[in-house]
Amino acid sequence: MAESHAGANRRDFIQVASTTMGVVGAACVAWPLIDQMNPAADTLALLTTEFDISGVEEGMSVTIVWRGKPVFVRHRTEKEVEEARSVDLDDLPDPEVDADRTTNPKFLVMVGVCTHLGCVPLGQKATDPKGEWGGWFCPCHGSHYDTSGRIRKGPAPSNLSVPPHEYISDTVIRIG
Amino acid sequence: MSGPNFPNPIVRWIDHRLPIFTLMHHEMHEYPTPKNLNYWWNFGSLAGIVLVIMLVTGIVLSMHYTAHVDYAFQSVERIMRDVNYGWMIRYIHANGASFFFIVVYIHIFRGLYFGSYKAPRELLWILGVVILLLMMATAFMGYVLPWGQMSFWGATVITNLFSAIPGIGDWIVTLLWGGFSVDNPTLNRFYSLHYLLPFAIVGVVVLHIWALHRFGSNNPLGIDVRGKQDSIPFHPYYTIKDMFGLGVFLIIFSAVVFFMPNAMGHPDNYIPANPMVTPANIVPEWYFLPFYAILRAIPDKLLGVIAMFAAIGVLFILPWLDRSPVRSGTFRPIFKVFFWMLLADCVLLTYLGAKPPEGVYVILARIGTFYYFFHFLILLPALSIFETPKPLPRSISQPVLGSGAAAAAAAMPKENS
Repeated sequence: MAESHAGANRRDFIQVASTTMGVVGAACVAWPLIDQMNPAADTLALLTTEFDISGVEEGMSVTIVWRGKPVFVRHRTEKEVEEARSVDLDDLPDPEVDADRTTNPKFLVMVGVCTHLGCVPLGQKATDPKGEWGGWFCPCHGSHYDTSGRIRKGPAPSNLSVPPHEYISDTVIRIG
Repeated sequence: MSGPNFPNPIVRWIDHRLPIFTLMHHEMHEYPTPKNLNYWWNFGSLAGIVLVIMLVTGIVLSMHYTAHVDYAFQSVERIMRDVNYGWMIRYIHANGASFFFIVVYIHIFRGLYFGSYKAPRELLWILGVVILLLMMATAFMGYVLPWGQMSFWGATVITNLFSAIPGIGDWIVTLLWGGFSVDNPTLNRFYSLHYLLPFAIVGVVVLHIWALHRFGSNNPLGIDVRGKQDSIPFHPYYTIKDMFGLGVFLIIFSAVVFFMPNAMGHPDNYIPANPMVTPANIVPEWYFLPFYAILRAIPDKLLGVIAMFAAIGVLFILPWLDRSPVRSGTFRPIFKVFFWMLLADCVLLTYLGAKPPEGVYVILARIGTFYYFFHFLILLPALSIFETPKPLPRSISQPVLGSGAAAAAAAMPKENS
């Protein structure tokens, strides 16, 4: 069939076709060997955590573990909520409205992992440095987060991420 | 093959069927080597010996180490306290990593000064940069294994570098971790790869030596070997010189291993890993500090990661950036000055990598980062055009022995078996 093309003949076609099939076959064999590195079933089974927030007083912060990572739960004061809501979105490197980051405005739930290179920011304890905007401060490379966990200054590219979470009763949240 | 005449009949019998003794004789005995090599040329074979020390101590340590988040830290402490000579073997391995980098960095700067990356040795140089990258990956994963605070947070920060890749970054990080944070699956695979990669290094080292022996070593004058009068056989002249250098190295190495084994480590790594608390100042091992300084100098996450990898990447294309036909810095008056500036810049970046990223340190790191790339990308290509090199000697024998004619007569190498 290919003999009409200049220089190409049936043997060339067979070589290209068999090489292509060989590459496809090798890719099919390679995939399980790559995918085995992805999270295993038992790791995936630990994807949700439940937490009772009734013991968290106003002004208090609690760190819980979800997927092996710290999750910050902060019961914010009126002032902190006010500060988070009164910000001009143009001042934010990663603009996001505070209301979109919380289900219940009093309780801020976020993954406590700096979006720069994964350190745990300070600000959970009363004595911790909280950064220039009164939220959290990452000591590794100097990122400042505000009372809504939004990045304000430093190398981190985005806000502290809010994990999927819902209230399964008035006081219990399920994360994941 | 006109092989040597081995006196031992068993050697002759084997060599006839598998000419391995002929190969060794060619490449390690009669191998013609420039006769003017100085002590900076000791560091190649020294790096090979350190690699063997690391392999032997590493294989032994793996007989006692447990790669599990609940046991790793204790198993290392058990090596230090209970295993016979465990403390010594682990200190040799841990400090051996630092000394491996010291030796290899000297080896690299030797190549930079004497133009060892230039034609026809470009591929030899590139293979060397590949070895450096493999060493860095191996050292990084090895540092994670004791599962101390620096292990854990170093692993977290370095794996998070890949999250800067647009689109697929998070997917890649999850794949590397085998979960949603650095955890037991991560430790297991790092152990597996830490055991594998040194053997990959051995493979690339074989290619490196193969490429070296194609044209032979460069030399301090940077000119080609013109004939027999310019070279001497590798054995016994350079075997003995390398052995002497090894002796000096082992004195210094032993002094550190036995008298200050933790000088180059970080005390926080004697605290067991805690995924909930990041240490106040995360610092990588000293040999990564210049690259860490470059990463932090750039305020943008993705660009910082790119700059850090580009700092190594630029070495791959170095043979095509420096177009000057003169190899040795000895005959390049301007290049010579900037070589020392580059070395000073790397020392500065090493210092800044250990400092907190604030105030004047950030500004200095930016200047240092700029200068590093300026040297390779602007200065070297420009110097290739504008610099007038000094006249080169006619042959290696000429400057060594005075007049070229006397050299040819005096330098007939004696073949003492």
